[in-house]
Amino acid sequence: MQPFTTLTGVAAPLPLANVDTDKIIPARFLKTIKRSGLGVHLFDTLRFDENGAERPEFVLNQEPYRHAEILIAHENFGCGSSREHAPWALLDFGIRCVIAPDFADIFHTNTFKNGILPIKLPREICDQLMDDAKLGGNARITVDLAAQEVVRPNGERIKFEIDPFRKHLLLNGLDDIGQTLQHTPAIDGYEARQRAEKSWMPDISVS
Amino acid sequence: MARTLFDKVWDAHVVERLPDGTCVLYIDRHLVHEVTSPQAFEGLRMAGRKLRRPDAHIAVVDHNVATSDRRLPIAEPESRLQVETLEANVAEFGMPYFPLLDERQGIVHIIGPEQGLSLPGMTIVCGDSHTSTHGAMGALAFGIGTSEVEHVMATQTLLQRPAKNFLVEVNGALPVGCTAKDIVLAIIGKIGTAGGTGYVIEYAGDTIRALDMAGRMTVCNMSIEGGARAGMIAPDHVTFDYVRGKPFAPKGEALDRAIAYWKTLPADAGAVYDKHLAIDATTLAPMVTWGTNPEAVIAITGTVPDPAAEADEGKRAQLARMCEYMALTPGQKIADLPIDVVFIGSCTNGRIEDIRAAAAIAKGRHVAPGVRALVVAGSGLVKAQAESEGLDKILLDAGFEWREPGCSMCLGMNPDKLTPGQRSASTSNRNFEGRQGPGGRTHLVSPAMAAAAAVTGRLVDVRELN
Repeated sequence: MQPFTTLTGVAAPLPLANVDTDKIIPARFLKTIKRSGLGVHLFDTLRFDENGAERPEFVLNQEPYRHAEILIAHENFGCGSSREHAPWALLDFGIRCVIAPDFADIFHTNTFKNGILPIKLPREICDQLMDDAKLGGNARITVDLAAQEVVRPNGERIKFEIDPFRKHLLLNGLDDIGQTLQHTPAIDGYEARQRAEKSWMPDISVS
Repeated sequence: MARTLFDKVWDAHVVERLPDGTCVLYIDRHLVHEVTSPQAFEGLRMAGRKLRRPDAHIAVVDHNVATSDRRLPIAEPESRLQVETLEANVAEFGMPYFPLLDERQGIVHIIGPEQGLSLPGMTIVCGDSHTSTHGAMGALAFGIGTSEVEHVMATQTLLQRPAKNFLVEVNGALPVGCTAKDIVLAIIGKIGTAGGTGYVIEYAGDTIRALDMAGRMTVCNMSIEGGARAGMIAPDHVTFDYVRGKPFAPKGEALDRAIAYWKTLPADAGAVYDKHLAIDATTLAPMVTWGTNPEAVIAITGTVPDPAAEADEGKRAQLARMCEYMALTPGQKIADLPIDVVFIGSCTNGRIEDIRAAAAIAKGRHVAPGVRALVVAGSGLVKAQAESEGLDKILLDAGFEWREPGCSMCLGMNPDKLTPGQRSASTSNRNFEGRQGPGGRTHLVSPAMAAAAAVTGRLVDVRELN
């Protein structure tokens, strides 16, 4: 996983609440066995019409937002399906950070696993950042994960909260399976206890 | 300290608590399907890792499969590749698997409980948000992303922080024509699509207790539509009777020991919840969604809300967009709206009880002219059971299609799709824009309401047909 340290880039304003993962990547594009290549279908129905032509009014079809690395949205971003194809599509498009008042739980977890930083900030701050983003290419936003700050184009610094463990993994680009495998002796012990205490629990074998 | 059902199941699975409060949580069961697993298997392969515990997983194909003749190859090349990839992966990694032509094949959330693989007190995960279904057993069951799928495969654990407790109590006799689906739609209408974010919902109260397991699964299934990763119902005699005799469930003395343990799981007196909601079931009516998320729900006797009445600008715009997408006028009566397609099935309502409810309405009636009505059993065993009861004959005689098990028209990943502009009455769980196919318009309802819509050709109050 690519580490996330600081990011300075174009932010795209997406002033919508309840952006569901079907909207981020519709189910018909989930028929892939790879993680890469989904960026072309990101926000497919918002971005393209029935004939596959770009909808010029959609933000990611406009300059400079075609090169956006940050997305700013409203409440409950990423609700619905657990599909990790949603963060994969965002990442493949080039988005490394999503800022919103809150996120749906599963999507929130999935972003971290892919080196995308989800930042929760109050609605009024998101609205300020949304206004900044609307200024276009000269109004770059900086995200500094170590300092836990978003820096507005006018230099104002906004603090954000993040789980320390997830911050550590992101800053160092760590694979959390590797982290968990360090606890293998404890997992072994748990399993042995469980087999003794809950011996009624069936193992699965299919013939 | 008095603990909730969630607290007890959580505590019983904590392998290690890290200094910052993150827990290494042991996972008893992992359910696998073809859409969210290929990249996880690939990750294992690239890292030279194996399944830590093959006997804790069960794999099945459901999302991509056609619900027509199964002996034919899957026509769509990408769908076929995903199914073939799962088959190659389960063979390579030694994962238990129900193949497509096995009678036990079905929607992953139908087969877990049906096979006795999902049991009270377990932790159960799957790369699918409707894993919350299994919480009806009194298990902690939640959806995960593909990275977490890989994590479970490699370590049999997940790194998690405990959720907060949300108690939803439903009391009172359910009115005629109302079902578990109407209860959960009403709850989501009250709490909103993000009302459960950060919480595990425990459903309690005498109305919930009176539900059979199928109804409890319908309720827990849609927890995620209210933002809660998991919904749970305390196990009781209804649960134990359901488990008894299921293929993989413990038997005899082992079952006695299991039940003795399961009886310790319900919340202690005085257990504290972080959030509460009380619902008076006697006030419910059959529900129908009008908009493009499950929170946009009204009684069938209701009217489409007026966005202009909404104070918040963002919400006003969202409601206006919903009206536009759904081709509805504010203030319009929702009943009598003509529909094109009816879908009865899915992990929400694809169990035998759901098919019985649909057949009861269909019996002696006929699907309205111009309406396509699909009935898709949730598993091969549900289908066989329905056929043994003659329900397939009732439905076929009434002009419904009787199809092979799978996710079907719930999500537009297989040939069962709405075409642009088509309007459906559907027993599934999501009415997002394009969910059932690009441009499709979905109204979520109960199986009886869906069958009533099929035979009248319009959204109708099922109580008018009884």
